[in-house]
Amino acid sequence: MNIVIIDYGAGNIQSIKFAIRRLGFEAVLSHDVEEIKNADRVIFPGVGEASSAMEKLRASGLDQLIPNLKQPVLGICLGMQLMCNSSEEGKTKGLAIFDLDVVKFPKSEKVPQIGWNQISGLGSKLFNKIPDRSHIYLVHSFYAPLGKETIAISEYAVSYSAALRKDNFYGVQFHPEKSSDVGSEILKNFLSLC
Amino acid sequence: MLTKRIIPCLDIKDGRTVKGVNFVDLRDAGDPVELASVYAKEGADELVFLDISATEEKRKTLAELVYHVAENINIPFTVGGGISSVEDVAVLLKNGADKVSINSSAVKRPELINELVAKFGSQCIVVAIDAKQVNGHWKVHLVGGKVPTEIDLFEWALEVERRGAGEILFTSMNHDGTKNGFANSALAQLSELVNIPIIASGGAGKVKHFTDTFKDGKADAALAASVFHFKEIEINYLKEQLKKEGIPVRL
Repeated sequence: MNIVIIDYGAGNIQSIKFAIRRLGFEAVLSHDVEEIKNADRVIFPGVGEASSAMEKLRASGLDQLIPNLKQPVLGICLGMQLMCNSSEEGKTKGLAIFDLDVVKFPKSEKVPQIGWNQISGLGSKLFNKIPDRSHIYLVHSFYAPLGKETIAISEYAVSYSAALRKDNFYGVQFHPEKSSDVGSEILKNFLSLC
Repeated sequence: MLTKRIIPCLDIKDGRTVKGVNFVDLRDAGDPVELASVYAKEGADELVFLDISATEEKRKTLAELVYHVAENINIPFTVGGGISSVEDVAVLLKNGADKVSINSSAVKRPELINELVAKFGSQCIVVAIDAKQVNGHWKVHLVGGKVPTEIDLFEWALEVERRGAGEILFTSMNHDGTKNGFANSALAQLSELVNIPIIASGGAGKVKHFTDTFKDGKADAALAASVFHFKEIEINYLKEQLKKEGIPVRL
């Protein structure tokens, strides 16, 4: 299987590569439009700040490419947030795949949320064999609210989208590559999607 | 619900774990990757690698270690020890570290925190603070707690937060190594003062100390070394006990 991790200079990509290798596959890093278009699976990572990440995507034309991809695409953390309409972080527009606006957590809880939280309301093949209330690892200050594309819910000050799906596009707020065996299983499910 | 984290800390020298490690099931007790795997299997929520080597080869050795840990471990880990520049951090993150921890270098040049946050984001910058209570005042100490400063712990914590750090790892020099429990009143004060997560460190000796630091110390995570290395407390057992006390943990 041809797996491409979109390389736009954002985030801890090495860990995703290793997580996929532990599943018996090799992923390549690429910012090449043709290579990404031709992949069987595309992973869209991201750690860092939303508006500067969007600028990098625009500079390389990836902002036009990503919403038009036809194969299964998985956005992780900031990657998922950038797939929404907009983000309050740096007041930036997003790729508008998911019809949600990303906002900051209220100050009633510590921000960023760092650590292991639970997911429930699991409604997608992405969570095949994943028990309700499984623990996943998150690090984030901004969140996508609940919406019609929500396929997993988590709670931190508010109920928010831990995962989203629209057609071939999937997004997870958590880090499957760092979420122990549960995370590996979710990545495996993503690779098995048809 | 967000759970409280249990974090074993591994001291690293020249790419190997130091201090006693008492795991009969290890082929090589000095191999950080093997020890890290055991902790990950036992339910550790995160790991901290603290590099205490002072050799010229340090950077390269540490980057290689980070690469091998990331290759084999599927939980997050932080790397600390002698990190003092954007370049140092870039190398570690590129090799697979999730977070870095800075200490003395941030006290000497606080702008370093802003520079790292601007480049890599708050989420991966942990500021470690070693402090000692002298005549009722908590003073920040440098170089692994050896060198005192006049800086007040709480003022420094506020500044660290203002400059964008994502987390604070607070070690009480009064408690570290005593096995008499964490510095819960200072921890609770810190936790109410700042709005970023606080990792408690120094003083873990028994299960009750962890319960107390989460309940009384309001800590978000607890770090310990020797109680885990010498198997005085097993992580799974610890987390089961915490759960019985009503503390949210990942089991």
